[in-house]
Amino acid sequence: MEIKDIIKPENLIYTKTKNMTDKPLSYCPGCGHGTAHNITMEVVEEMGITEDTIGVAPVGCSVLAYEFMNIDMTQAAHGRAPAVATGIKRVYPDKFVFTYQGDGDLAAIGGNETLHACNRGENIVIIFVNNGIYGMTGGQMAPTTLDGMKTSTSPYGREIETMGSPLKMTELIAQLPGVYYVTRQAVHTPQAVRKAKKAIRKAFEIQRDKKGLAFVEIVSNCNSGWKMEPVKANEWMVEHMFPYFPIGDIKVNGKLK
Amino acid sequence: MADIKLMKGNEAIAEAAIRAGCDAYFGYPITPQSEVIEYLMMERPEDRTGMVVLQAESEIAAINMVYGAAGAGKKAMTSSSSPGISLKQEGISYIAGSELPAVIVNVVRGGPGLGTIQPSQADYFQTTKGGGHGDYRMYVLAPASVQEMVDFVDDAFEIAFKYRNPVMILSDGIIGQMMEKVELPPQKPRLSDKEIEERYGDWATIGKRKNRERNIITSLDLDPYKQEAHNHKLQEKYRLMQENELRYEMIDCDDADYIIVAYGSSARISQKAMNLAREKGYKVGIFRLITLFPFPSKPLNELAGRVKGFLAVEMSSGQMIEDVKLAIEGKAKAEHFGRYGGVVHSPEEVLEALENQIIKG
Repeated sequence: MEIKDIIKPENLIYTKTKNMTDKPLSYCPGCGHGTAHNITMEVVEEMGITEDTIGVAPVGCSVLAYEFMNIDMTQAAHGRAPAVATGIKRVYPDKFVFTYQGDGDLAAIGGNETLHACNRGENIVIIFVNNGIYGMTGGQMAPTTLDGMKTSTSPYGREIETMGSPLKMTELIAQLPGVYYVTRQAVHTPQAVRKAKKAIRKAFEIQRDKKGLAFVEIVSNCNSGWKMEPVKANEWMVEHMFPYFPIGDIKVNGKLK
Repeated sequence: MADIKLMKGNEAIAEAAIRAGCDAYFGYPITPQSEVIEYLMMERPEDRTGMVVLQAESEIAAINMVYGAAGAGKKAMTSSSSPGISLKQEGISYIAGSELPAVIVNVVRGGPGLGTIQPSQADYFQTTKGGGHGDYRMYVLAPASVQEMVDFVDDAFEIAFKYRNPVMILSDGIIGQMMEKVELPPQKPRLSDKEIEERYGDWATIGKRKNRERNIITSLDLDPYKQEAHNHKLQEKYRLMQENELRYEMIDCDDADYIIVAYGSSARISQKAMNLAREKGYKVGIFRLITLFPFPSKPLNELAGRVKGFLAVEMSSGQMIEDVKLAIEGKAKAEHFGRYGGVVHSPEEVLEALENQIIKG
């Protein structure tokens, strides 16, 4: 049987979601962003909420998320996505609004906006991709950069004494009553992708049911910034990132685990 | 029957926002404009019109909430005073770059830095020359009475949506805090999604419908040639504003030998100074700027051909005077007078400056 005999609509068992555009992703090969985009957009399509969903893109590697996500999107100033999402959600409380942010955007420059949107219990979804580094600007230290980790602004390794400890923003916001669901996931294996997608689905369902803020952290890699081959970067992530940023649910149904 | 009330400028602008059919106000307290959000919280416009009022965690968050709501096609507004407006500059630049309609109120106080809570007009440069980064302009309305605090809100939203551009109402601590009789306009209904689309087009991010491409609100274009083209489009918009939306008032300028150029509170104070001058036999008129951008260069230049001198009166060390001088191209003498840092000049001081710097000078 030739390939042209196989590629027929009746044999189709998986297709790319219509919620992703055909534009080639600008992310580095091996980066987790593409998968995180894809599962988010699959969830939006599967829930049938494409026409009612507005995404907010950050500043960072995913600044161009609106080029890839085939939905209405607003690009926010650095760190301000939760405030922008608040503005949209407050005037359209029945629409689905989510932010998609990296660690520099969400935990450093946007720390205040994140904290207060969470504390108000804005009925939005926050997707937080944490790779412990500033990828877009060329590998500088992020608030989530691990102890001793080398970056271009911590060339001798992060020194806790002078640079502070890696910030567990997710655990921090989980303390707030307005936050209903907090989970930390990853997208480095098919099994992890399935779990992450389930978590994102749950987050959007919480928004649909108007229960409060849902927060999904995705611990990811940055092979370019970490200066590793993709496979090695994933191994390093499992070995070093996961112990400090453990995968799993942190808060479910408004209760800390 | 006319709806007439005695109101503070800050309260009046808040009530006018509700009546203009504003959809959302996001603010953060700062003296001397906290009455805006206090009035709105007390008034509960959510019950009256469905208008959203939210106290943000900072001025930065407030302007970004405006950015989000404006991007969703809604009439969104924020207000603050000088130090808070400085914090909003990033957001204002994004709003201008992304071509969103928004109304921002600045009840100016003395600076720089934390300065003072007393009135000032020292934010003229920040307001008219950019403030935030990049080549952009706000349309700027300068009310000189509590009545204009009311009237300019609806005007501001109309211009903001017509040009998809941020509009600033540049008030000051005097207008914000003083009480005057105002006639309030009737309630304008808030627009429905359909009305917004019919009136202003289908550009807002409210969810991608099947019959159109996705809408994107962004100021980013990494391609410099595209970014330049985008800038050309913005400049064309500003040119159209200059051509069609210029506003000013000429008081007793017809026979005048000397012109006081002023806006806002200084225009009110100068009016008394003008009366005192006329009692002394000097033919003095007032050129009151209503829009600070666009700036009335042409009418000022025409005046310059037939008067002896201009006195630019502003509560700053001399900011608007630069634009006056550019406008009149050296055709007549132009000097600046103003108290500043929170000090308000008296009509007598203005008259004295007029006599010493222009008439006898």
